[in-house]
Amino acid sequence: MVELLYMAAASLFIFGLKMLGSPRTARRGNMFAAAGMFLAIIVTLVNEEMLSWGMIVAGMVVGGAIGAVLALRVKMTAMPELVAAFNGFGGAASALVALAELDRNGAELPVEIAAVVAASLAVGSVTFSGSFIAFGKLQGALPGRPVALPGQHMINAVLAAAIIGLAVWGAAVGVVAPYWIIVAVALVLGVFGVLPIGGADMPVVISLLNSLSGVAASMAGFIIGNSALIIGGALVGAAGFILTVQMGEAMNRTLANVLFSGFGSAVAGAGELSDKPVNRATADDVAIALGYADSVIVVPGYGLAVAQAQHATRDLGLALEDKGVTVDYSIHPVAGRMPGHMNVLLAEADVPYEQLLDLDQSNPRFPQTDVVVIVGANDVVNPSARDDADSVIYGMPILEVDLARTVIVIKRSLSPGFAGIDNPLFYNENTMMFFSDGKAAMEDILKSVKSL
Amino acid sequence: MSEVFISGIVVFVLAAFVGMEVISKVPPTLHTPLMSGANAISGITIVGALAGASYLGEGAAAKVLVFLAITTATINVVGGFLVTDRMLEMFKKKPVKRDG
Repeated sequence: MVELLYMAAASLFIFGLKMLGSPRTARRGNMFAAAGMFLAIIVTLVNEEMLSWGMIVAGMVVGGAIGAVLALRVKMTAMPELVAAFNGFGGAASALVALAELDRNGAELPVEIAAVVAASLAVGSVTFSGSFIAFGKLQGALPGRPVALPGQHMINAVLAAAIIGLAVWGAAVGVVAPYWIIVAVALVLGVFGVLPIGGADMPVVISLLNSLSGVAASMAGFIIGNSALIIGGALVGAAGFILTVQMGEAMNRTLANVLFSGFGSAVAGAGELSDKPVNRATADDVAIALGYADSVIVVPGYGLAVAQAQHATRDLGLALEDKGVTVDYSIHPVAGRMPGHMNVLLAEADVPYEQLLDLDQSNPRFPQTDVVVIVGANDVVNPSARDDADSVIYGMPILEVDLARTVIVIKRSLSPGFAGIDNPLFYNENTMMFFSDGKAAMEDILKSVKSL
Repeated sequence: MSEVFISGIVVFVLAAFVGMEVISKVPPTLHTPLMSGANAISGITIVGALAGASYLGEGAAAKVLVFLAITTATINVVGGFLVTDRMLEMFKKKPVKRDG
């Protein structure tokens, strides 16, 4: 009976995830999944004996309060940090479950159980420390650029090998010590694994950590022989894995390249940038171009999030629509710091999702578009990815904004994007550069559009 | 290898396939809520944490471990589902306010 109820909970997870795949049903899907979780928790509380109720209530009240405050207070622009933090807590929880089981049952385990204990500890600990390094990078407490020791990959390989060695030792000898050392080594590995990865690669990293938090939960499920954990964890592991692969494809890079290349550590010096002239524009110039266009596409990037410009961008879009201009938004899969980051910000600003175009929908439309406005995006619109076989980003699918009649780039300076390379788009004849903070720029342009 | 463990492997592999199948068609617009919703589901490890709270002996270490496991898993579950709901609420179609 208990098994069937866990099965029902797992089915609710599957239905929930399925419904999360369509905008119409997504909210109900999330509630389905939450209902599944509620069911699993109730079943556990009713089924287990000799529960320490005081501890359960205390842990759930404390954890629930922290989780609720974080979830209700977070700004939408800070969503990547929060998801990273939650991933970290999930990983920690799975590792702690494994440690508690170890403490209760001792270390003399059948070899397969010893293996999943080690795996749960290793994956959970890597997820925990890696997520909090990602959190620090996203939140700005740690440098966003890649940070690595000399021979970092070698060190990480040695740490990973050490974990396997410790797992073998633990299984063979049946003592607790190696498992605790696995936790320590894995915590260090998580730190060393994420530090060398640059900020703009965070969509891949967060997806991967998401996947790992699921794998850790699944491994914990093997330890306690609970199918709800095994299924729930496997679903999350698969979901995170798919997103990881999709993000990698969106950058034309393999997972190994994202994890190990230290991409973005090349900081272009001023001398490497082109000194070709650019067309500088004022707010009035931009307003005229936009106000008299038939079709406008806005391309947001991480800069939009940094400048908190989503509402100002929406206001400008509405003002243009009032003048009869068609306004859409093109979103590159890796724009921002996590998959779908820009979509969430524009949704917060009440931009209907029908107006959000993905890469495949966008590119055929640029040649027929009068004006493209780029707010805080750079590498994802860099034509070098298409034209320059020597470029480090060559082959990455881009939004081909340079095919539109006029391109307006709103940017604080000519500084290169994350890839550290110059962007030829800025020097095109049909490109206008408006040097300003994203939010201030949108507000100034809006004023000018209204006075047209 | 025990039979329970082997059937666990079967369940794991099947669930992973189901996950791949269900998730591969999600449009990019929903990637963030999908990830945070999935993240909340990974908090299912709370079941392991709660089970750990049974038959707790006198050992202080076990108590600390179980307490921390319950706390972190609850943060993950409660925070994950709430923030996903908050995001999805914004995604619903609504008449856009035109204030000027």
